[in-house]
Amino acid sequence: MIGFISYAVFFSTVASILAIAVLGLNLQWGFTGLFNGGVVAFFGAGAYGTLILGGTPQADHLGGFGLIYPLALAGGAAVAGLLAWVVGILTLRLRQDYLAIATFGIAVTFENVMRNAEALSGGAKGFRGFERPLRDLFGDGFGYNLAFFCFVLALLVGVFLFLERLVRSPFGRLLRAIREDEDAARSLGKSPARVRLVSFVTGSVIIGLAGGLYATFYAFISPQDVLPTLTFQIWAMLIVGGAGNNRGAVFGAFLIWGGWTSSGWALSRFAPVEAQLYTGSIQYILIGSIIVTMLLWRPQGLLPERLVISQAGQPRKPRTTGSMT
Amino acid sequence: MIQNLADGILVGSVLSLGAIGLTLVMHMLRFANFSHAELLSIGAYAALVFDAVFAAILPPLAAKIGPLSMTWALALALLAAIAITGASALLIDRLVFRRVRSKGSELSMVFASFGVAMIVRNVTGLLFGLGTQLYSRDIVFAVVVSRDPLLLIKPDQVFVLAAALLVMVALHLVLTRTTLGFALRAVAENPTLAQVNGVNLGRMIALVWVLGGGLAAIAGVFYGLTNQISPMIGRDLVLPVFAATIVGGIGSVYGAVLGGFIVGVAANVALAVLPSGYSPSVPFLIILAVLLVRPNGLFGEARA
Amino acid sequence: MGDAVLRAEGVVAGYVPDLPILKAVDLAVRRASVTVIIGPNGAGKSTLIKTIAGLVPLSSGRIIHDGADISRIRPDRLAAQGIAYVPQMDNIFRTLTIRQNLDLALRRAGAEAAGRLEDLYARFPPLADKRNEKAGALSGGQRQFLAVAMALAARPSLILMDEPSAGLSPKAAQEVLECARGLTEQGVTILLVEQNVKQALRLADHCYILAEGRNQLDGSAADLLSDPVVGEIYLGARRKGAA
Repeated sequence: MIGFISYAVFFSTVASILAIAVLGLNLQWGFTGLFNGGVVAFFGAGAYGTLILGGTPQADHLGGFGLIYPLALAGGAAVAGLLAWVVGILTLRLRQDYLAIATFGIAVTFENVMRNAEALSGGAKGFRGFERPLRDLFGDGFGYNLAFFCFVLALLVGVFLFLERLVRSPFGRLLRAIREDEDAARSLGKSPARVRLVSFVTGSVIIGLAGGLYATFYAFISPQDVLPTLTFQIWAMLIVGGAGNNRGAVFGAFLIWGGWTSSGWALSRFAPVEAQLYTGSIQYILIGSIIVTMLLWRPQGLLPERLVISQAGQPRKPRTTGSMT
Repeated sequence: MIQNLADGILVGSVLSLGAIGLTLVMHMLRFANFSHAELLSIGAYAALVFDAVFAAILPPLAAKIGPLSMTWALALALLAAIAITGASALLIDRLVFRRVRSKGSELSMVFASFGVAMIVRNVTGLLFGLGTQLYSRDIVFAVVVSRDPLLLIKPDQVFVLAAALLVMVALHLVLTRTTLGFALRAVAENPTLAQVNGVNLGRMIALVWVLGGGLAAIAGVFYGLTNQISPMIGRDLVLPVFAATIVGGIGSVYGAVLGGFIVGVAANVALAVLPSGYSPSVPFLIILAVLLVRPNGLFGEARA
Repeated sequence: MGDAVLRAEGVVAGYVPDLPILKAVDLAVRRASVTVIIGPNGAGKSTLIKTIAGLVPLSSGRIIHDGADISRIRPDRLAAQGIAYVPQMDNIFRTLTIRQNLDLALRRAGAEAAGRLEDLYARFPPLADKRNEKAGALSGGQRQFLAVAMALAARPSLILMDEPSAGLSPKAAQEVLECARGLTEQGVTILLVEQNVKQALRLADHCYILAEGRNQLDGSAADLLSDPVVGEIYLGARRKGAA
């Protein structure tokens, strides 16, 4: 029984951390229509940032600023925000798919740099030398995990409430207005590029926060943790849950993470030994199929967006028969 | 340095072939297709299969062509790979993209292409194994073109470059000399106007997929011939191919050709300066530089 | 009008089903005539012409050409059936040369293509002089002639034109409209939308006035030109708009 509860806490901690990242992505994609193809770069920036700022001095790589934990975590999130600001400035005024390509590119580059820049990140071996905060108080066992879960859960609730308020505020309405009809928003004197940038950076800070928590939980981060696959997983969570709906985002995170871990467990348990090598491939095919199936079958997700406002009378025009006036 | 330049031109020819198809799809269907590079992978593996099949049916075909490591069987397999990959591209469009297009926005298509890429890459891994494979186990020695500075070139590389250039010239002739080419360019510029001038839009979109798939197959086989074949070809080439289209300007075939060479050369010359581990980052730096200096690329036009 | 070559009956159409721009439009166009559609901005003039060209889906009503229902036929098929459409803007392929634009338009002409190309060059000499230049380099008036030439390439029986004189100098506008008039002598039917109401009415045989997606008034062009109410609303409004 204790084993089960212990696993449940472990599972829920990771799922909650991912849920925070999904909420960040939801602000970008669900509410603003920004395609972040490199979620993992911002997640990783938060993770590496937190460990570098909060870790103890190391001989072979950067780190050891020994900041108190809340500052380290905030610093990690800020690093993610800074990265988002740079990418956003360059791409948000361009065609929308440039953002997708540029963010995808920064994720590849981020992983590549973390793998090679040993002096910065510890290279392929990963970043060590971080102690989990308040270890003296909670020890290393179940007690610590439970306490950390409560901390993560509190942050998840906090982020959730913050976003719920944000999307109901005038700024949230502006986001959706720009998503629905950029020209109309511009005619109201709003600068869509600026508003998008604010949304993109805020979402990335939230994703960075999730990365910081993830790295804290394992007290370790390596390039293996920031592969593009994580981007797909987080995307699948949002699409399945329902873009534009914060409840859906959290629900999708738990559902997909549950599916991912249980499919991994089932494959390792029941698949023939010679197929074990291909467990990853099979799981990726599943994730890919889920993404494609959802887009074809139920693009609005399981918990669709409840439209507060809609731009009646400004639907998108079909492209091939587009207007030429 | 000169060696890097030569290698870069070679890689560039592969990237150019991949980028031509991508730029056409991105321009006509208006979405960044993250699964395009998987078509190179499909082409490379299709040729691997047919190479073995042809060599088994007719053993004399397994003879090498002159100084190349390429065999007659592989040359025939390349044709089969072009057909298979073109058909795959069309099939993926019918099964996924066309349906998403009819119900979602263009960004849903970008997302669907992520999913398609993931499925294709991992199904390839399941079918053919995760390891690397080669068309030929024979070692073909490089020819020393120059000793100082040292420049080594393999016959295969010369062949690949010449063949890629030939394909591009052929495409150029189609686009500038035939009414089919005019129709393709017309659709790229203004789909509605092309329709009222009697162009069947659905057929042109299908043609773009088949063309893009065919060129990707050639690129994939050439890549496999000069490197090695693995299910990760798509993952490794997706960003360089995107970089080539962005450098050239989305929608410009000639831009894609030039962009491919620029990215190939830049990535290889950068190796002379950067430690080799960083080469996957170079395409992104090129993308950033282009977005900063000339966001619509060398030949692209601003399009909302 | 018994000899109408084109008929629209109760046409309801728009870019999305719930939001019709055309709410109920009827139209009949006589063979080898010039019919002009006028009306205030947002009346649905361009939408009507695009609907006939197959570019905007109908949600109800029908369009009949030569006795056949063409309401749900793809634009490229309509072009093949002899219905040409000249859009208002972006009506030529800028990145293609003039010759390539015309070759594209002549794609279905087969063996006749070479002869027709010479005919078109003879009819529009400036195009012949610049045949190997990119069409994007043409002046506004020349572009309009190229667009008309492309429409003529398929030897259409009906040409739909969306504000052919928009953005042209008065002289070029007059030339384009006279060119359209001249085509009717060869049996071609012309249906056009015009802002240039007075000029258009002088050339046209028949005129429809649309407002808010519905028929407002129609009659012979000569009658409407002398109608004091029409004169005040449309001809006066145009002067005000131009000021």
